Amino acid sequence: MTSAHAIAAVIGTALAASAAAQTDTRKSGVDYMSPATQAMQRDDTQNPAMLWVAGGEALWRTPAGASSKSCASCHNDAKHSMKGVATRFPRFSKGAGKVITLGEQINICRTGAMKAQPFKVESEDLLSLETYIAMQSRGQPMNPPNDKETAASAARGQKLFTTRMGQINLSCAQCHDANAGKRLAGAPIPQGHANAYPIYRLEWQGMGSLQRRLRNCMSGVRAEVPQYGAQDLIDLEAWLALRAKGMPLETPGVRP
Amino acid sequence: MARALIHMPADARSGEIIEIRALIAHPMETGFRPGNAGGILPRDIIRNFVCKYNGVQVFAAELHPAMSANPYIAFHTRATESGTLEFTWTGDNGLAQTETARLTIAS
Repeated sequence: MTSAHAIAAVIGTALAASAAAQTDTRKSGVDYMSPATQAMQRDDTQNPAMLWVAGGEALWRTPAGASSKSCASCHNDAKHSMKGVATRFPRFSKGAGKVITLGEQINICRTGAMKAQPFKVESEDLLSLETYIAMQSRGQPMNPPNDKETAASAARGQKLFTTRMGQINLSCAQCHDANAGKRLAGAPIPQGHANAYPIYRLEWQGMGSLQRRLRNCMSGVRAEVPQYGAQDLIDLEAWLALRAKGMPLETPGVRP
Repeated sequence: MARALIHMPADARSGEIIEIRALIAHPMETGFRPGNAGGILPRDIIRNFVCKYNGVQVFAAELHPAMSANPYIAFHTRATESGTLEFTWTGDNGLAQTETARLTIAS
């Protein structure tokens, strides 16, 4: 090998290495938060969401409905059975015939196998159980399924993400793609990755789902806000899951 | 009953200073906010928090309307003898909740 070849080979290797390092510029929302908020999320003994996790753990073992079954009757120990589950939502459910969120799956179990009343959307109980289940996947990469229906939902969501809406006439992408890292009034604009939901939001003084967050942004741009469970919100969730694919799940997140 | 979480070591050396973290689920409704019906929501806050170590008060705090929901209180105490720590939150609407935790002194 001549020295010119050797240098070319070295440069080639260096370029390949830097390209690999540059490919992923995604940052989790937690990286934009103040050190105090980050500490609150990272230390379970400080994280107020752990109150909901404790509630969810109790619900997991509480029999409900005509079947007198609990989640644990079928799924045993959530620490094993629910590991990775939250990374694969939203997903297409053959039974429901549509793309569903983790919260909807919980209610499908309740009305189906458990013969119990479904939890109300955004209720304390639903958020507790969802947080408890999602936390079992903490640290695992987001891994949305790529079946035909979920992919189609994500594609619709991507279109919505880049569509201007509301009186202020902004799309999600204009803040979270084009201006991420800057500030909107006093608050940092994160890239908007949905890898820590449900979150404890200090402004809410409680837990909230991704759909609550999406509805919040929509009312912020003065758009018509869809109902909880609306197709548009599920499509956006599916796109956000794909957009955050490979990023570690952080549930339960803390945000200002 | 409200959910509460206590974090502290289960055992310590005699004389060691230990940190105790107490978190409770509570709305801490200030009494100043308007509700959806238009009226002012009645105040519902925790007024007092007390920690007793084998019956002796080692920490106490008064809470006020400006404090956040789900208040988190962290404090230190000196581990002197094996026994029970008792945490009591009292407040509006007859709130009186007690949690206990065991502390063992390694001999």
